[in-house]
Amino acid sequence: MRLILEVWRQDGPDAEGSFETHEINDATPEMSLLELLDRLNHQLVEDDQDPVAFESDCREGICGTCGLDVNGVPHGPEDNVPACGQHVRSFSDGQTVRFTPFRAKSFPVVRDLIVDRTGLDRIIQAGGTISVDAGTAPDADTLLVTHDDAERALDFAACIGCGACVSACPNGAAYLYTGAKLSHLALIPHGKEERAKRARSMITQMQHEFGPCSQIGECALACPANIPLVAIAAVNRERLRAGFKKGKPN
Amino acid sequence: MNATPDTPVSEQKGAQVATEIDRLRVVGKPLDGHLPDVHPRDAWTDRKLHYNLVNPNNRRKFKVIVVGTGLSGAGAAAALGELGYDVDVFSFHDVPRRAHSIAAQGGINSPRARKVDNDSIDRFVKDTVKGGDYRGREEDAYRLGEEGIRVINHMQAIGAAFAREYGGQLATRSFGGVQVSRTYYTRGQTGQQLELAAAHALSRQVAAGTCKLHSRQEMLDLIVKDGRAQGIVVRDLVTGKVRAQTAHAVILCTGGYGNIYYKATLAKNSNATAIWRAYKRGAYFANPCFVQIHPTALPLMSKWQSKKTLMSESLRNDGRIWAPRKKQDDRDPNTIPEEERFYFLEERYPAFGNLVPRDVASRNIRERIDAGYGVGPLHNAVYLDFRTGIERLGVKLIRERYSNLFNMYEELTGEDPYKTPMRIAPSVHFTMGGLWTDYDQMTSIPGLFIGGEAGWAYHGANRLGANSLLSGCVDGWFTLPYAVPNYLAGLLGQAALDPGDQAVRDTVKYVQDGIDHLLSIDGTYGPDHFHEQLGAILDRYASVSRDPEGLATAIGEIRKLREEFWRDVKVVGEGDRLNQELETAGRVADYLELGELLCIDALDRDESAGAHFRTDHEIDGEAKRDDEDWCFCSAWEYPGDPSARPIRNFEPLTFRAVPLQQRNYK
Repeated sequence: MRLILEVWRQDGPDAEGSFETHEINDATPEMSLLELLDRLNHQLVEDDQDPVAFESDCREGICGTCGLDVNGVPHGPEDNVPACGQHVRSFSDGQTVRFTPFRAKSFPVVRDLIVDRTGLDRIIQAGGTISVDAGTAPDADTLLVTHDDAERALDFAACIGCGACVSACPNGAAYLYTGAKLSHLALIPHGKEERAKRARSMITQMQHEFGPCSQIGECALACPANIPLVAIAAVNRERLRAGFKKGKPN
Repeated sequence: MNATPDTPVSEQKGAQVATEIDRLRVVGKPLDGHLPDVHPRDAWTDRKLHYNLVNPNNRRKFKVIVVGTGLSGAGAAAALGELGYDVDVFSFHDVPRRAHSIAAQGGINSPRARKVDNDSIDRFVKDTVKGGDYRGREEDAYRLGEEGIRVINHMQAIGAAFAREYGGQLATRSFGGVQVSRTYYTRGQTGQQLELAAAHALSRQVAAGTCKLHSRQEMLDLIVKDGRAQGIVVRDLVTGKVRAQTAHAVILCTGGYGNIYYKATLAKNSNATAIWRAYKRGAYFANPCFVQIHPTALPLMSKWQSKKTLMSESLRNDGRIWAPRKKQDDRDPNTIPEEERFYFLEERYPAFGNLVPRDVASRNIRERIDAGYGVGPLHNAVYLDFRTGIERLGVKLIRERYSNLFNMYEELTGEDPYKTPMRIAPSVHFTMGGLWTDYDQMTSIPGLFIGGEAGWAYHGANRLGANSLLSGCVDGWFTLPYAVPNYLAGLLGQAALDPGDQAVRDTVKYVQDGIDHLLSIDGTYGPDHFHEQLGAILDRYASVSRDPEGLATAIGEIRKLREEFWRDVKVVGEGDRLNQELETAGRVADYLELGELLCIDALDRDESAGAHFRTDHEIDGEAKRDDEDWCFCSAWEYPGDPSARPIRNFEPLTFRAVPLQQRNYK
């Protein structure tokens, strides 16, 4: 297959960026889009040109390292699939595939297709954790968690932290991400203790770096971990709940 | 391919090999693992009692470096931070949560023995030691089991949502190599949930200021001064700046080296650089030839496929493995009649059938493929067929058990495994070798500690499924936090090495010179080209089966390739910015040295053990250990020059709780 690749090139966060056009003549349907970029880079290195910088690691959809926009869509044309699981078979011979970095004000470009997503981690550092030191946990069987609660917690805990939800959102909001974390921790016993405090600090941090939610729902379509859209409602619910708990420890 | 199992090896050949190995290595000294002089069962209790402690007020005076943020790295950093030490954590990722522990799906063992299926710590040790084919320490296995009991409590308390029974108790399942149910799990994402919990616990310490996180930084050397590890040199992957960080102790939790084979199930960035450079500074490298080849990965499907993807071993519970009886049979598998299918595992191993251990399954699958019976467009796979399973249990139950794996397979291949048999092939998965450590997890360089897959502990020559997540968690959260302070206690009153010290400046300069040299070669091929060739050599001669002649050939070919690399590698771009080609080049340079050591170790180890299957040491196609001559851990010492002969030291292994016996699955 022949594909035209338009790739965003940018030297650093403050540099001007522009598109470069390349052609791949031996693409095959079973290649992933990241393997297509590997192929391009091989070609570029052969021609003594700088390969395109892009990120990936596990290439099996779990680490959340890969992330780029393909023809304007986070990760690529198929809904709920990470870039490493998107394939050339989604395109037809001669088609143009345009790679751009995740588009969000809070994700500055590091180089080419790599962006800085540490803003998401700062939301965790603000309080998305549970205060248990090593060696101080009680027997896990003494705290019952029903099968259904554990499964519901897992639906939210599945988030791979790739940031596609932010890129998909016209406002660059991180509600799906933050809501997933809040919901996960609110559903398990130890997480409940710090629920209100956590909601206040995480949401404050989120608002500090990311945009507001207008409940359009693109985030859930882009999410490779299928985080349910109700996660965005959890942000407001947890905030409201934390408001009622003001002055109390939880 | 390698010689078939029935190739006779004459005594004459054996003598040749003996001469050959003497040209390649020097035999060194016996090593002391610093084991407590008590029964292995009591070793950990005894050792803990004798460990020196550091007063809480003194802890902040000690600086500790942790490299890697997987289960062991994040755990060790968070635990030491909680205790009050001054911790610097380094990761080449943008955020800690990306570490490859995240991809381990199956589950985590813990001998909590809550059921009446007769589990116990002793049984856990027996399974672990046997699973490692008696090439690991009993004492390590006991320590792992004892601390492993409380890991589940801790990990669930910090946020990992484990599978629960309807009423709320923790659920367990059984796993390969074990007859009791001691594996705790979280759907097919146990590694992800444990890694997230650990990374979040680390984030808590980062916010509290006890751990300082340095992300997008790659360790490129170890600073050794006065015979002690006192710091590391890192390259900032964004700015290219090379700098040093000093500390009282260094802990490496940098994972396994399986990517040396080029295509493996590991993440693309997993590499051996940190442990290899520590080896070159004097840390011994244990058992590099012990590499696990997992039987059920997806085969390569195209030239550009970047890596292999693992399908869970659990599929072998209801899937039947077969290959056509006719060579190059390209018919639609559903049209191949029953009598033309060779269910080779069921026929050869009637007692265990499709559930034989990983090394046995991998060898048999590889044998069929190499003999010309492989299927698929590249004839490089065999079938894993669910037809009988679906007939027996119904689609609904099969879907409940495996749907996430079936979906993943379909996503990757575009084929529906409910209708067409899966195609699977062996792939390099987990490395049991790694830096040698004593019972206190300290390497041969005082002050350098190891956690997780970067070390050699627990796994012997083989691995017990679901024990690796356990070892990562236990090392990080519950054993390094005892052993490291014991070492630090002896340094009370001493400041960390001055960053302006000559040893620091020399090491930084050495690293910078190495980078400049790589950039200056300006050859013909990118680093990936050399990596691919190295992978092909290792895959051909040092994979599921090895023979002395093949290994000797591999050593020669690797040396030639290494020479070509240093003459003809092309690293485009500059060093003072983000440059992924440069990162790859450094890692491949290290692999080209480690690959040779791996083959020398395989040639030296004149026996079969677990995943190390030598065709000249087998009984009826089964690995034949030689406990009389080889019941030890090989710990390789760097001779100071890549072209000199490495020194093979050895730590004798003794088995008191689990007497030596031959494994047999027939």
